[in-house]
Order: sequence, then structure tokens, then C-alpha cells
Amino acid sequence: MLRFSVLLLAGCLLASNSQANDTLQNRKSAGILPDADNAGLKLPAGFSALKVAENVGWARHLVVNSQGDVYVKLSGKVGDKGIVVLRDLNNDGRTEEITGFGNYGGTGIAIHNGYLYASSDEEVFRYKLNAKGVVETPYQPEKIITGLINRRQHESKSITLDKNGNIYVNIGAYSNSCQVKDRQPGSLGMNPCPILDSAGGIWQFKSDVLNQTYGNGVRFATGLRNVVGLDWNNQTNSLFVTQHGRDQLNTLFPQFYDTTTNANLPAETMYEMKQGDNAGWPYVYFDPFQNKKMLAPEYGGDGKTEGSAAYKNPAMAFPAHMAPNALLFYTGSMFPEKYKNGAFIAFHGSWNRAPLPQEGYYVAFVPFENGKPTGKWEIFANGFAGVDVITSTRAAQHRPCGLAQGPDGSLYVSDDNKGTIYRILFNGN
Amino acid sequence: MRIVKQLAGLGSFCWGMFFLLCSNAGMAQTATLKPSIERGKTVYVQRCMVCHQQDGGGVPHLNPPLDAATAVKGKDKNKLISILLKGMSDRVEIDGEYYSNNMASHADLSDQQIADVLNYIRNNWSNKVPTPVTPAEVKSVRAKTK
Repeated sequence: MLRFSVLLLAGCLLASNSQANDTLQNRKSAGILPDADNAGLKLPAGFSALKVAENVGWARHLVVNSQGDVYVKLSGKVGDKGIVVLRDLNNDGRTEEITGFGNYGGTGIAIHNGYLYASSDEEVFRYKLNAKGVVETPYQPEKIITGLINRRQHESKSITLDKNGNIYVNIGAYSNSCQVKDRQPGSLGMNPCPILDSAGGIWQFKSDVLNQTYGNGVRFATGLRNVVGLDWNNQTNSLFVTQHGRDQLNTLFPQFYDTTTNANLPAETMYEMKQGDNAGWPYVYFDPFQNKKMLAPEYGGDGKTEGSAAYKNPAMAFPAHMAPNALLFYTGSMFPEKYKNGAFIAFHGSWNRAPLPQEGYYVAFVPFENGKPTGKWEIFANGFAGVDVITSTRAAQHRPCGLAQGPDGSLYVSDDNKGTIYRILFNGN
Repeated sequence: MRIVKQLAGLGSFCWGMFFLLCSNAGMAQTATLKPSIERGKTVYVQRCMVCHQQDGGGVPHLNPPLDAATAVKGKDKNKLISILLKGMSDRVEIDGEYYSNNMASHADLSDQQIADVLNYIRNNWSNKVPTPVTPAEVKSVRAKTK
């Protein structure tokens, strides 16, 4: 049985007033003790962490409502629940009550203008929130978007919303590099790549219109292989996305690439995408060492030939294959000033670097100034994997996948391997 | 010269003993399996490792593990041969899980190479299947595969 109404905290009546809520929440989080080992994480000085919950399922993206309830989207259902709700009943920061709803697996989840939005791998739903930020009718969602392509590969539909009534949905390309035969050594790329008509980009829909599909939406940005992390930046009033770069340069084209070049190419990339922008997948990939967009070998490239300059340049490049699965612009006031309006990125961790050691499995921070990344990034939270050297993906105990900001400004991180939900606090000076 | 001849004689004697021992079916299999596994490792590193990983563990939700996998350790060799020849792009449940990535066809490998890499994955990590996959079996499945 779901118990949504009886467990509310009286103080959350203040939730409609963000200032008062912030004060309340700061008071609340002040009493929360971190785990003695900071949940096993390595953090910058002054930060601490606790495990909010464990074993909740394959926890993809997550969001925290105004009273601190955590809504987690699961990629596989637990029983008949694809969304779990974690509630702290005694203000210790840990979960006492787990409920759930949403009879579908998926990745995307967001709260916007009084609604909870969540995606399956083909559709997007929304649920009305009451004045306390709680879903009251979990079994009567409105279907906002339907009929999106899911051909197994890059199937997750991440979402974010702007301030003008639009929702942005990633539709990943169901291919590695648009080869005639996907992942076949030597197979050349289809030209033009037909996948881009219905996938390999970000689609824009209305956030309040029911049963929209391709014909109702706009292909907002294209040439993006697979975006799992995306967030609307309210400071720049623009969309930022993190792309998973292509795999297997050396197994597909061993005449041009070896295991080392494959481990280091191409960069994982962050873009600021304006309407009509094209990031160039599958025709180019970004080489961070040459700082150039290179022609993909499927389209005649050899690792040395530059691709078309017409494609969008990344706002920021990261080491190859680390799988940026979540992007979050920090707008809270708990963390020190340098974090304000900067971007946190959850790197799920690589597999395509084999036989070289794998990389990622941490949360990074990208400082921003005047709406642009400063060009430097740093590891913010590490230690999720539980081992120092990861030779095989399955050796990692936890894999960061989602990010959310709590009403008090703390940062939540989900792990889709063991289903741990972390909360990171700042209590230094 | 005499010493060399003696050594050569000794060598022939050893080979004779070797074949005598190999008349035991298990030994014969071991004798063909071992070099096949060695050759198979080279194929694995070049073609398979990037997705299925060094420890055969695969990648959760993306690429299925080979280590301890029912199909890899199973008796249906033709099914395994067929997966290598045709690749795999269907949504198929594998030991209770689903995996997203496509596997390409590896039909360009020779019958011997396919037998070798299958013998490698069936006898590496925790897998130990003494019955070898032979090039003749690969050839037979290939003839039936369009």
C-alpha cells in the first residue's frame, strides 16, 4: 500500500515559499550526521556524505521534491514499480519508508512547475504534485509523449525542461557509428546517416500537451550519438548536454588505431546546444589531443584527417569512454561559492578502454564563469567503485548514474549497479 | 652425428608414447584443445575483449558476460558457432538479464579461428568444457547459414 498523505512533515507547509523552505531545510540538514566513512567516498575538504538508501534497484536519474522526498527512476522495475519514493521520517537523512509506482523501466525524471515528469524508453509521463510536492495520484499519469524509437541500443530517454513550457528528450542513436553493419569491422558508414531522422539528437516537445509524438515535436539539435546527461542552464537560458562518444575505433579499423589510441579517443564531450545545432555524429569525432573534429573512419577518416568545421565545437572535453550519465547545474547555497552555477557530471565509468584500465566511476565538477566552462574540471566525488584499479567493469561496486539537488542544496547521487543513493553535504567553512 | 641420431630415435620413441597415450579419448581432446585455446586467446583479444572484457565479465546491461554463462558452457555448440557467424541484435534474455548492444557478425574469421576462440571462452575464467569445438563443426554450421 502506498501511503502518500499521512507521512508529511508539518513544516513542509512552508514549501511554497522557497526562502522559508531553504531555511527550514538548512536547519534540517544541520542535524544530519554523515556516515563515519563518508559513505565510502573521497570528497574535497569540508564535504561529507551519507547513504540515503541501499539496494533500491537499478537507480538511474533521480529528483528531490520540496520536502526532501527522493524520487528515483529505475531502469528495471522492482516488482511493478519503476519509480521508487524514499522518505526520511525522522530527519536523520536516511530512508525509513520506501514506496513506489510507475509500471515501466526507464531513466529520465524531473520536477517542473508542479509536475513530476518521468520517462520509459519510449514514452514520457507526468504526475501532478500537490502543494507539498507529493504525487497524490500515482496511477493516473498523463502521457505527454509516445512512440519514441527504442531499438535496444542507447534506448534511455533522458529529459529536462526549460522555463517556456518545453521539454527536451534525448533520443539516442541505435548504432555505434551508423555503419551499414553496426559494430562490424571495416563496415562503412551510411551517407547520409538515416538514423538522424528519428534519433541521434534532442527533440523538443510541449511540456503540457498530451500524446505528442515525432510529428508534434521539433528536432531541436542533431548529430549527438547518445546523450544521457542533460540540463537546462537557467543562467544562460540554454540547453547543455553530455554525449557518449563512439566506441571501438581499433576493433573496427585496426589499420588506423591501436588499443592505446582507442582507449584515449574520442573525447567524451559537453555541448551547449542551441536550436538547429549539429554536433556531427556519426561523421566526426572529437580528438582532445589535436583539439580537432576528426573525420570518422567509417566516412573515410584515418585518425589524421580533419572533418567538417561546420559541426559544433564542444564546450568541454573529457577523457574517452567515461560515460557522462548525468549533468546538473548547481544552483544551491549550501556549497561554497565556486560551485554556484557550475556543472556536476556523473561519470558512469568506462568499459571500452580494455585492455587498458577503465576510467571514470566518479562525479566531476566543471567550474563555470559567465555561463561558460572555465576549461578546467576536477574530480569531486570518487571511490564509488570501491577498488583503485578497474580492469573489468564488473569489478566496480557502485556506478554513479544520476544527480539531483536537494532543497537544502545538498547533492544526491544515484548508483545503478547496487542501487545506493548518496547524499553529499558541505559542513566546512 | 651418432648422438644426434640417438636423440632423434629417442624423440621418435617419445612421440610414439605420446600417440599411445593419446589413444585415450580425453588425452586426444586435451592435445587438440590446448593449442586451440592458445590461438583462440589471440582472436579474443583482437575481436571480443573490448566488449566482453578481460575477465569475460561483460558490461552490465550492455554486453553479456561469457564467464559462467549457461550458453557458453552448454552442450549446444552449434548455437555458439551460429552467434559468431551471424552476430546478435535481437532482444534476448540471457541468464535472466537483457543487454542493449549489438554484436557484429564475425563470419570473416576462418573455421579454425572460430573454433579456437570458442575453445578459449569455454575454457577460460571459471569455464571448463573439455569437449572441443572443431573447425569441421564450424564449417558445417556455416554451410547451413545464409
